[in-house]
Formats: sequence, structure tokens, C-alpha cells
Amino acid sequence: DPKRCSCVYFEVDLNPTCRLLGGSASLLRLYHRFRALDRNKKGYLSRVDLQQIGALAVNPLGERIIDSFFPDGNLRVDFPGFVRVLAHFRPVDDDDSGMRDPKQPEPLNSRMNKLRFVFQLYDLDRDGKISRHEMLQVLRLMVGVQVTEEQLESITDRTVQEADEDGDGAVSFLEFTKSLEKMDIEQKMSIRILK
Amino acid sequence: MGFPMLVPFSPWCWLLLLVVLKCSEASSDLNKSTNSTAQHEPNVRFAAASSEADEKISVFALDYDYVQIPYEVTLWILLASLAKIGFHLYHRLPGLMPESCLLIIVGALVGAIIFGTDHKSPPVMDSSIYFLYLLPPIVLEGGYFMPTRPFFENIGSILWWAGLGALINAFGIGLSLYLICQIKAFGLTDVNLLQNLLFGSLISAVDPVAVLAVFEEARVNEPLYMMIFGEALLNDGISVVLYNILIAFTKMHKFEDIEPVDILAGCARFIIVGVGGVFFGIIFGFISAFITRFTQNISAIEPLIVFMFSYLSYLAAETLYLSGILAITACAVTMKKYVEENVSQTSYTTIKYFMKMLSSVSETLIFIFMGVSTIGKNHEWNWAFICFTLVFCQIWRAISVFALFYVSNQFRTFPFSIKDQCIIFYSGVRGAGSFSLAFLLPLSLFPRKKMFVTATLVVIYFTVFIQGITIGPLVRYLDVRKTNKKESINEELHIRLMDHLKAGIEDVCGQWSHYQVRDKFKKFDHRYLRKILTRKNQPKSSIVSLYKKLEMKQAIEMVETGILSSTAFSVPHQAQRIHGTKRLSPEDVESMRDILTHNMYQVRQRTLSYNKYNLKPQTSEKQAKEILIRRQNTLRESMRKGHSLPWGKPAGTKNIRYLSFPYGHPQPIRRDPKVADFTGDDSSDSELPSIMFKPYPRTGTLKKETQEIIPMKSFPRGGKPCHFGYPRNTSQEEHVGAGRREALRPKPLFHAVDEEFESGEESEEEASAGGSRWSAEHRPSKQYHRSHSPLLQRK
Repeated sequence: DPKRCSCVYFEVDLNPTCRLLGGSASLLRLYHRFRALDRNKKGYLSRVDLQQIGALAVNPLGERIIDSFFPDGNLRVDFPGFVRVLAHFRPVDDDDSGMRDPKQPEPLNSRMNKLRFVFQLYDLDRDGKISRHEMLQVLRLMVGVQVTEEQLESITDRTVQEADEDGDGAVSFLEFTKSLEKMDIEQKMSIRILK
Repeated sequence: MGFPMLVPFSPWCWLLLLVVLKCSEASSDLNKSTNSTAQHEPNVRFAAASSEADEKISVFALDYDYVQIPYEVTLWILLASLAKIGFHLYHRLPGLMPESCLLIIVGALVGAIIFGTDHKSPPVMDSSIYFLYLLPPIVLEGGYFMPTRPFFENIGSILWWAGLGALINAFGIGLSLYLICQIKAFGLTDVNLLQNLLFGSLISAVDPVAVLAVFEEARVNEPLYMMIFGEALLNDGISVVLYNILIAFTKMHKFEDIEPVDILAGCARFIIVGVGGVFFGIIFGFISAFITRFTQNISAIEPLIVFMFSYLSYLAAETLYLSGILAITACAVTMKKYVEENVSQTSYTTIKYFMKMLSSVSETLIFIFMGVSTIGKNHEWNWAFICFTLVFCQIWRAISVFALFYVSNQFRTFPFSIKDQCIIFYSGVRGAGSFSLAFLLPLSLFPRKKMFVTATLVVIYFTVFIQGITIGPLVRYLDVRKTNKKESINEELHIRLMDHLKAGIEDVCGQWSHYQVRDKFKKFDHRYLRKILTRKNQPKSSIVSLYKKLEMKQAIEMVETGILSSTAFSVPHQAQRIHGTKRLSPEDVESMRDILTHNMYQVRQRTLSYNKYNLKPQTSEKQAKEILIRRQNTLRESMRKGHSLPWGKPAGTKNIRYLSFPYGHPQPIRRDPKVADFTGDDSSDSELPSIMFKPYPRTGTLKKETQEIIPMKSFPRGGKPCHFGYPRNTSQEEHVGAGRREALRPKPLFHAVDEEFESGEESEEEASAGGSRWSAEHRPSKQYHRSHSPLLQRK
């Protein structure tokens, strides 16, 4: 019964989810979107539901993006989980940082958390480091078929070399952040409609 | 920089110019000599000889009069086309200046030739030719290529801006110019209020779409795009309506006779004309959509139906003095959705290309007329009028933009920034519309018509050249992008990754809009309209066929070049290399950076892309196909290894289903051992049982199907056996051959998706993308099988 489902969602999850998004207007729209994606009204989304989004199929990172919705090997994502992922992409408000209570956890759309989200797209085995092999895999995903394997390997070598500071042949999270310190992450990883 | 442009220009165009020159000379000679006969007996070609007693049969004679008009028209169009070819050969040029610049230059050139050769009967455009033949294709093309969803999402703002903007501009410019005319020093006192208002209405007809190509790559956001498009679309209609009303007023001889009643009548007429036109258009759109439902056996007449009905809507509206432009626009918008579903793929392509061609020809001809007018003796140059016209055009556009957007921003969820408003202000480029209306002013009512025409020409030239060329740099400057900084390879990679990520997440979020109205319309659409207007059992034909053609061809190519060998995705066969000791020279780094920038996949453009003069092949399609094929390959490979995910998460019970036919048929599981031994022998086809396609349950097996039925598979190098893709192929092939009904059966699933009204329009696109992939793989499997086997046998 869709009406009851919606009540359940809202009664149980309104507060923390709402806080994640900083407002209930986008929450309502995300809820509509969640329900639209949830084809069989299961109340949760499975991998297949997200794979139905045609545009993701032609995104080179499509599979990885879908996987980021299912952390820790889950096979289902419920609405709060869905919102939690999307909350990373909220635009950063300048007045947020000033008023923040330092005891509370950092909001999901802080620069650090955004970077962490990107990091976990690379780091598939979750060991906290991007190994050379993982970097190569990402590169392969993003580059067209006309680049030879040798070229890819040398580019990977160079990439890891540039970022790696302690010489362990892998890029840790701190090294990753450092290599991107000049970039305007907040603007790049913000989606206007989630404001 | 100009030199390379001249090079492609020179051989073609000089040759053509020579030809044209010769013909013009010949024609002018002939005109002088046969003037009398030509005037009295224009059509009697053969009787011309009777005026001269001709005893001999001439072996070679020149008869230019007979073919003059079509000959010259063809030559002009050809000249414009050659110029366009030259324009696009130098690839940086389209980004620098709008194509209408080029057309104007060509027009001026032709005008110069005609003037220079003292052509006795230069081409003239009269009112009926313009309104009946030249204008409808241009408007039809605008209406047909308009993206409907963003249009209707922003329709409030668009109507507010286009409607009120045109009115404010028209009246503002008209009134200001009237005030200027009152100043005796300028010698303009005989131009009365009505004439000024009329001039204001025709000069406010903008054509901003012409500049869209220039800042296309600046990632103009969608609402801004729609504003510009919508304005261009509605602007012509509103200008013409206003023009006609004011002409009617002018015909009432005495200015003092106009009472408030008349003005009210004028306003009411404005509304009725507009709304009535739209109404007519919608009706004709529905009729033509209904008729295309029955044309599957004679698909050759489908484009004809589309064009004839649109034209008919225009003419019918014009008969009743309603706005034909709005009628044809509404007809195109209504018709498009249903017609695209009903017509065959080739008809769809034909319609698109023919529409572009017609509108292109129309516009070229108008610009030629404009060029002829420019280079001539019938000008009246009045400094004050012209300068003030220019000034007031800019001022009033600025006023209308900032005032109207300020108001509409209060009501919008995503207001337009000042930067957007500046872009809209600056894109107020005039086009062929204003010139035509000025040219067609009746001389009897407008004794100073020449001055108006001159002023219009000046405004057009100014806006097209100066604004058109500088808007590109302006937009790029406003965009404030840090493009000059050289980024490290790291940064480049990560930036692109983040762009893809952002695009992907945006796709997950979907399009947000006002759900209630759209949902209601979609319900209505589904329940009633679709049943009446679309054919039964139709897949989304255009998308399906597109995928069929393109994916198959590319799949074949990719496989043949060995790119998709299964080794590409295997576990690294070498241990971590000793790294850190290799010092790369700067040239190496540069070349790496080059490789990256040229070969990384582009981020999917979420914004619309419309080019007025061209139907650009979508380069992103090739990329999309490549990505899709690689994805399918990866997933298939990973499934083969028993993993559902590329990094080897343990396969759960669900994954066992991957290895079997998803329809729950027990046989394939038995067959797998046979598959493992399969060595590519064609003869094993016959032993495969025919698989019944059952309509599979809706719960989430969709994606698995797409993976199973991939017709394309990697050819093993080094003799690995072909795996289960192949037998599936053949079984499909027999099956597809056997019963087309089965191939169509899964379709209900996709149509069922449509019925979920909450899902919104994007789900249709998703479903169609998914469905097209699915059904596309069905269909090519049959043909693919044939090309499949020779390649296999080569191994």
C-alpha cells in the first residue's frame, strides 16, 4: 500500500534524513525519485533498479557509481541510505561551517567527505590505499579503446608516481587529498538541485 | 588565420562567381535585346521566333529567359552551400562566428554581383512569396526540433519572457523613436506614431538561436537554453501578429479616429489570434498523428503527410486571419511525439533532414534578398533615426530582460543568475524575420519605407556581426573557467572522474519538475491519446533501430581489431612492477597528457544541443556504444568467472541464476557442460533445444537478460573455447527466425513501465534505453549470426 509506505518512511526517518539534506523540499523530491526507481514497490532499491537508469549504462563509471550505493556488500538500499549517498553532493553553504557544532560529525557534504566518496570509487578493496592496479583499472574504464595497454600502464605509473610521497607504490587517502588540494572540489561535486 | 579559410573558398567560389558573372552578363544582354518580346510574351518561348523571320535552324542558341528564375535561384543556393562547406572546413570558424554571418556575406556578395552586372530584373521578394513559401519551413523546423520536456517545464517563464518581452520591446522602441521623431532637427516629423510602433514591432523580432552554436561548448544550462529557444520560437509569431494588427490600424486612415475601443479590440484580437492559432495547430497535429498510424505499408508517404499537414495548419490558420506561425509551431510540437513513434526509421530521418534542408534554403534565400537590398541605390540614410534605433534596441532589450527576469525569478525554483541574464540580453541578434517584415511594408502607407529598410539592415548587420562574434568570448569570460593552467596528469584524471561521477549522480537524481501537472497529462496521454494515435505493438522504433545499426557495426569492428580480448580484464599477470626509478622526460609527460585529453571519454552532455543549420551526428553516440559494449563484455566475463562484481565479491545464490537462462528453464543448466567443451563448431547448433521465451517476472531479472543475450562476444585468442554466448546466439537465431512474436513479447514489460505515472518521463527514456538494448540485441542476433560464423571459422 503506497500510502502506508510513505507514512512509514516519513514517520521513522524524517529527522536524521532531513538533517542530512538540510531541508525537506529536496527530501520530498528525492522520495518521489526513490519511489519511481523502485519498480516493484519493494520499499528498497536493488542494484537492478539502479541499472535501469539508461544514462548510467553509458557512463564509464556507471557500475562503480551504482556500487557506491551499496556499501559493505549490501544488496539493498533503503531510502535513508539512498539519501545518505546523495547528501554528499549537496552544495556547500558558506554559513554552514561557521555555525557548526564541533562535537557533531562532519556534514556529509564537507570537502573531506566528498573526497572520501571519490576515493572509495578508486579503492575497491577498501584497504585505504589506491594501488597501482586499482588506478589502472579506473584509467582503463575512462579511456577509449584506441589507447594501447602499454600507454595505459605508463600513464598509470606516472599518476601513481606523482601522488605517491612515501614511496609505497600506492596512493593513500592523505596523498590523494594532497594531490587535489588546488582543485575546487566543493564546486565540482555539487549538484544544484540538491540544495 | 584568414588564409586557410580563403583557400577552400577560392577554387570553388571563384569558379562559381565567374559562371554567375557570365550568366548575368548574358542575361543582361539578352534582356536588352529581347526586352520587348520578353515583356509581351513571357511564356511563349517558341513563338519568339515569329518576330524575326528565321530561315535557318540555328545549331546553337542561348535562351536564358526561359530558365532565368529557377537557374538563378539554384545558383544562389549552391553558392551558399559551397560557402557553408568552406565555412565548416576550417574547424575553428563555427565557434567564432554564427553561421548567419556567413549567409549574410554570401547574400551581400550575390547582391554585389547583381548590382555590378546591372541586372535588369533583380529578384524581388513580395509578400505572398515570403509569407506563403519562405516563412513556414523556418518556423516548422524551429517547432519540430524543440525539446518538449524542458519547454513545458519552463513554459511559464518562456511565455512570460517571450510574450511580454516582445511587447515591451516593440512598444518601447516605437514610443522612444516617436519621441525622437518629434525633434524637428532630424527631419523625421512626418513619421507618425503608428509607423514608429510598427517599426518597433518588426525590429524587435530576434533570432537568438543563430548564436547558440557559438557558445554551445560553454555548457549553457538547460533553462537558459530553453529561454533562448523559446524566445526564438514565439518571437516570430508575436511580431507578425503585432505587425498585422498595426497594419490594420494604419489602414484606418485617420489617426485621430482610433478610440480606446479600437485599442481594446486590438488587444482582444491579439489574444484570439494567438490562442486560435495554437488551437488549430494542435488539431492538425492530432489528425496527422492519427493518420500516420495507418501508414505502415506505404511508409514512403509518411514524410509527405507530416509536411502537408503542417503546411495545411499554417494555411488554414492564415485563412481565418489567425496566427499561422503559432499554428504550425503547435502542430509540429504535438505531432512530433506520436509521429516519431509511428513512422519508420527511414521516414524519421527523412523528415528531419528534409526539414533542415527546407528551412536552410528558405533562410538562404531571404538573406540573398537582403543582400540584394543592401547593395543598391534605394537607401535613405538618416543618421539620427539609425543611431537612435540601434541605441534603443539595446536599451529596451536590457530593460525588458532585467525587469522581466527579476519578476519571474521570484516564482522560479532555480532563479536565473545575473550572468544568465547578461547572456540572454546579449544574444538579441536580429535575423531574417525583421528584414522581411521591413521589406514588405506597403509603400503606400509608409512613404519613408526606404529609411525603415535601411535602419533595419543596419541593425541586422550590427547585431549579427558585432554581437554574434563577440558573444562567444563574452560567454567564455563569464564562465570564468581556469582553462589556462596546466594540470598534472593526476588532476586531469581525477577531474574527469569527478565530472563523470557528477553526471552519474545527476542521472540518479533524475529530472525534477512539477510533478502534478505532468503526471496528469501523462495519465491522460496514456489512457486515451496513445491508444488512438499510435500503432499497436510498436517498439520505440527510432531508438531501437539506431541501436541495432550502430551497436552491431561497432561490435563487429571492435571484435575484429581484437580490442575486446578477454585478457583485458584478467587479474594482473605480472606482479607490481618496480616503480619509482623511471624518470619520465617532459615530452613523455606531455604526450601522456595528450593521450589522456584526447582519449578519455567525454562527460555525457546533459544540456541540449541544437544547431540551427546543421544536424550534427552525435559523436557521443559512438562513445556511448563503446562504453556499453565494453560494459557488457566485462559483466559477461565476470559472470563467467562466477563473480557478480568485478572485484570478486563472493557469488551469492542470486548469481547462480546468472549461469542459467533467466526464464527458469531447467535445461540450460544441463547444457553448460556441453558449452564448456564447445569449440566453435557450427554443427552443434542443431542439438540445441529451442528455448521458449517466457515473459519473465518483473522482479529484477532485467539486467541479467541483457547480459545473457549479448550477441557480440570476444573471440578467443589463443584458442580458448567460445563460451555460452554463442549457443545462446544460435538458439535465439532459430527462435527469432521461427517466431517474431516471441521477440516482441518481452516488450509488454517495457510498456508496463510506461504505465507507472509517478515515474515521470525520464523513466520512459530509461526503459527505452534498456529496452532498446534488450530488443536490439534480439534483432541483430539473427543477422549477426551470419557474420559471426565466418569469423569463427577463421580461427
